[in-house]
Amino acid sequence: MIVRILGEGQFRVDDSATDELNALDTALEKAVNDGDEQSLRPALAALLNRIRSLGSPLAEDALEPSDLILPYADAGLEDVREMLTDEGLIPG
Amino acid sequence: MSVMKRVSMIFKAKANKALDKYEDPRETLDYSYQRQLEMLTQVRRGVADVATSRKRIELQMNSLQQQQTKLEGQAKQALGSGREDLAREALSRKAALQSQLTDLETQYHSLQADEEKLTAASQRLQAKVEAFRTQKETIKATYTAAEAQSRIGEAVSGISEEMGDVGMAVQRAQDKTAQMQARAGAIDELMASGALEDVTGTQRDDIQAELDQMRGGQDVELELQRLKGEIAGPASRQIEGGAGAGDGAQAQPAEQPQAGDNS
Repeated sequence: MIVRILGEGQFRVDDSATDELNALDTALEKAVNDGDEQSLRPALAALLNRIRSLGSPLAEDALEPSDLILPYADAGLEDVREMLTDEGLIPG
Repeated sequence: MSVMKRVSMIFKAKANKALDKYEDPRETLDYSYQRQLEMLTQVRRGVADVATSRKRIELQMNSLQQQQTKLEGQAKQALGSGREDLAREALSRKAALQSQLTDLETQYHSLQADEEKLTAASQRLQAKVEAFRTQKETIKATYTAAEAQSRIGEAVSGISEEMGDVGMAVQRAQDKTAQMQARAGAIDELMASGALEDVTGTQRDDIQAELDQMRGGQDVELELQRLKGEIAGPASRQIEGGAGAGDGAQAQPAEQPQAGDNS
């Protein structure tokens, strides 16, 4: 599958990593639901780091859409919440 | 639903929304390409804005560092003159500037990182736009509208996603740059208004004034010594002359102590 980390680019990650990534995503989701900024940053960092280490970057001129899109690395709680609503994600 | 999936869905829905309005998919290609070129201009402008902001902070950092060097020089000068109190004042002002400098350094590195990221994003988008243009021409030349439909889906949504991403990055960089410009402007204004002058010593510099006064005082002392020496000099030469005159001086031995009193 292809995963995009916003602000960073796309990675091709083997489907076998899905369970592991889902577990990390669950921790992130809990932090968002609890409104827990303290746990959100490490949870997001863990998820993104895993994608970076498991995945290989797509070619710069690749035109493939991603299967998953993830918040940028320094996103805070408010930023992530904005990405989960219809407003504010893409300007214009 | 998970964060990954929700972000993906919302992001894609937004990214592709603008493209739904064209019935002929070939028009969608042209429209998307126009948007891509606009976005390229926008991201390049974003890189330039961040660079300008970074350079401004660099200038402020240089100016603060110069002030620190000056204050340290003043502290040395004050210590050399035995004015520890003044040296302490100069050093404490130097320390106050340090916290401002540390803050600017953090901003500087953050802008530097943004600049690198945006430059990379700009290069990625450039490569994708070129790939898209080639694909667009092929599709338009080869397929009918109906056939084109299935061909363009991936390319368009792939690049729409990239544009959405780059657009966000530019927006964030602009927001941040605006904030930093405002802060940099505030520091410039403070310097211009004189509120920081006590510290930075651009105009009214009381430490320097006191050091100058001290040195002025020392100069007066030296001048005084010199004048005294000049006055005393001829007198002593007179004495010597008197002594050298030999026999003639012996005529008025009582006057010699009087000349000595003057010195």
